Amino acid sequence: MSPNPDMNVEIDETQATVRLVLRGALTIANVTELEGHLGKIGATAPVAADLSGVQRIDTAGAWAVATLRERIQAGGQQFDILGATEQVEDLLHSVANALPHPEALPVRRATLPDWIIRVGKAVSRSVQFLAALTSYLGLFLARLGRAARHPTEFRLTALVHHCEEVGLRAVPIVALMSFLIGVVLAFQGSTQLRQFGAEVFVVDLLAISILRELGILLTSIIVAGRTASAFTAAIGSMKMREEIDAMRTLGLDPAMTLFVPRILALILMLPILGLVADVMGLVGGGLMAWIDLGISPAMFVTRLIEGTDVNHVTVGMIKAPFFAVIIGVVGCHAGMQVQSNAESLGRMTSNAVVTAIFAVIVADAVFSIFFAQIGI
Amino acid sequence: MQETDEKEVIISLRGIRNEFGSHVVHADLDLDVYRGEILGVVGGSGSGKSVLLRTIAGLQIPMAGTINVLGTNVRTADEDTRVMLERRWGVMFQDGALFSSLNVRENVEVPMRPVVGLDPAIRSKLADLKVSMVGLPYLAGDKFPSELSGGMRKRAGLARALALDPELLFLDEPTAGLDPIGAAEFDKLIHGLSRSLGLTVFLVTHDLDTLHATCDRIAVLAENKVLVTGTLNDMLKVDHPWVHEYFHGPRARAATASAQAGHGGD
Ligand SMILES: Nc1ncnc2c1ncn2[C@@H]1O[C@H](COP(=O)(O)OP(=O)(O)OP(=O)(O)O)[C@@H](O)[C@H]1O
Ligand SMILES: [Mg+2]
Repeated sequence: MSPNPDMNVEIDETQATVRLVLRGALTIANVTELEGHLGKIGATAPVAADLSGVQRIDTAGAWAVATLRERIQAGGQQFDILGATEQVEDLLHSVANALPHPEALPVRRATLPDWIIRVGKAVSRSVQFLAALTSYLGLFLARLGRAARHPTEFRLTALVHHCEEVGLRAVPIVALMSFLIGVVLAFQGSTQLRQFGAEVFVVDLLAISILRELGILLTSIIVAGRTASAFTAAIGSMKMREEIDAMRTLGLDPAMTLFVPRILALILMLPILGLVADVMGLVGGGLMAWIDLGISPAMFVTRLIEGTDVNHVTVGMIKAPFFAVIIGVVGCHAGMQVQSNAESLGRMTSNAVVTAIFAVIVADAVFSIFFAQIGI
Repeated sequence: MQETDEKEVIISLRGIRNEFGSHVVHADLDLDVYRGEILGVVGGSGSGKSVLLRTIAGLQIPMAGTINVLGTNVRTADEDTRVMLERRWGVMFQDGALFSSLNVRENVEVPMRPVVGLDPAIRSKLADLKVSMVGLPYLAGDKFPSELSGGMRKRAGLARALALDPELLFLDEPTAGLDPIGAAEFDKLIHGLSRSLGLTVFLVTHDLDTLHATCDRIAVLAENKVLVTGTLNDMLKVDHPWVHEYFHGPRARAATASAQAGHGGD
C-alpha cells in the first residue's frame, strides 16, 4: 500500500472566526472521519480553513471541504481557504462546481387509493396479457391459413428442424419420466389396493390415470419447460439484436418464418410424445405390477384391453394439440417481449416457462370439467 | 506532480508480444507514457489497439515483454500488489460495461465498497458527485443502464472508472457512436478532468477531432508495433504511407481546419 499519511483535524472555536486546520491526507480512506469532524462546525460563525498542511487530497476530501463551504455560506457566513496550493484550489473548484443538488422528490406515503390503483393496474395488465396471447394465437392461425393457400411461403426445412428439436430430442427425457411415474403409481396403488385384496385393479388405476391425465399432462409440463424457454430464448435474442426488425425490412414476416414452424412442430410432436409417455408409463407400471404383485405381462395386457375403454386414450390425446398451441404461443409471445438488454431476455424466458406450465394446468382442469360434463 | 517530474514515466512497455494462434498482433512493441499527459493511440481496425489496452490493464497476458505501470512490474507482481495497483487505475470500456442489475449510482459505488470504514451514506454522496462531475443530471443516478442512451452509458462508465480517483485512466474509443456535439463535450470533459484531477490518460480512438481536442501526444500502432509517437504536428511530418494517409486524408484536413477555426475563435 502506498504510504497513507494520517489526517489531522484541528478546530478552534474560541475566537469569533472558527479556525479549521487540516493536515495530512484528505482521501477517501478517511473521509468518513473528516466528515464527522466537519459536520460539527455550525454555520453560525465565519470559518477560516488552513489547508497548508495538506499533503494529499482527492475528490472525496475535496467534497468534504466543498460541502462544508457550501453549508457555511448558505448560513450567510464567510468561508476562507488559506494556504491551499494551486492544485488543491483547482480540485476544490471543480468539485464545488460539480456538487450535485438533489432535486428532492416529495415522498408520499402509500394510501388506500394507491393500493386500489395498484390492484387495478395489475388486473388490467393481466387482461392485456391475455388479450395479447389471444392476438398471437390469431396471428398464428392467420399465417397458418396463409401457408395453406401459398405453400411456397411455408418453410418446410424449418418445420423439420423444429420437429427434431421439439420432438425427437425430448423423447428420452419424456420416456424416462413417464416410466418412473408408472412405477411409482403401480407401487403406491398396489400398497393401497392390497388391503382390499383388489390388486388386479392396479391395471385400471394405471390405465385410467396415465392414459387420461398424467401421460399428456406431465409430457406437456416437460415440453413447456424445455421448449417454451427455447422458443423465448431464440426469438428473444433475435429481437435483442434487432434481427426481427431486419427481417421486417427485408420483407420477411416474423410470424410466418419464426412462429409458424415452431408452433406447428409442437402441434405435430406433442401427441407423439404423449403417446410415447403413455406407452412407457404402462410399461413401467406393468413391470412394477409384475415384480410387486405378480401380475404377469400377459395378464396385464388382457386386463388392460378388457377393462379400459379406448375413450381414455382419445380424451388424453385430444388435449395434446391444445396444450401444444398454448406452449408455443406463450413461448413466441414472451420472445417478442424481450427488450434490448440481456436481463429482460432472462426474465422473459423464466416467465415463459412459468406461464406455459400454469396455462397447461389450467387448461387441463377446464378439459376435466368439460369431459365430466359431457360424460366421457 | 511537481513541474520537475513532468517527464516521469508512468507506463513503460518493452518488447511486448501478443499473438492469437498464428496471428501475431504485437511483436517487440515498446511504449512509454508520461505522467499527466493524454496519450492518444490510433491505428487501423484490427491493428491491436484494444488488445494493447487490455494488456496494460492486465486483462490480457502477453507472450513476452515487460510491463511497468506506476513503478510496478505487472507480470511479476504478487496478488496483493496487483490489487493495490488496480485501484490506482480506472478503465472505461467501449460501451460502458456497466453492471446491468445495478443503477448508475450503485455502479459508481462498486469500486468504493472495499474502502475500509467508508460510511455508506457518504459513499453514495460521493457517487452522486462523480455522476455529476461527468456531466450527468442528478436523476440519472437512479436509472439502470438499460434506461440510458449510449452517450449517457459512456459517461456513467467514466464515472465508475473515476470512482477511486485513479492516477491513470484507460479509455477505449470514448467518443465512438456519439453525435458530434456529444463527442465534443466528451472531449472537453476528459481534458478538463485530466487537468483538474492530474490524470494520466491512455486513450484509444478513431476520432481525429478527439486527437485534436484532447491529446498531448499520439502513438500510431501499425506493423505490429508502435510505429511513431509525437505531437500532432510531428505526425504531419511522418512519411510512412499509412500515417500520411491518416493525418492528411480528407477527414484529417477537416478536423485540422475545424480545430484551427476553434482556436481562432478563442
Ligand atoms: N480474444 C481474441 N482471440 C483471437 N483474436 C483476437 C482476440 N482479440 C483480438 N483478436 C485479434 O487481434 C487483432 C487486434 O484486435 P483489436 O481488438 O485490438 O483491434 P483494434 O485495433 O482495437 O480494432 P478496432 O479499431 O476495430 O477496435 C484483431 O485482428 C483480432 O482479430
Ligand atoms: Mg478496439
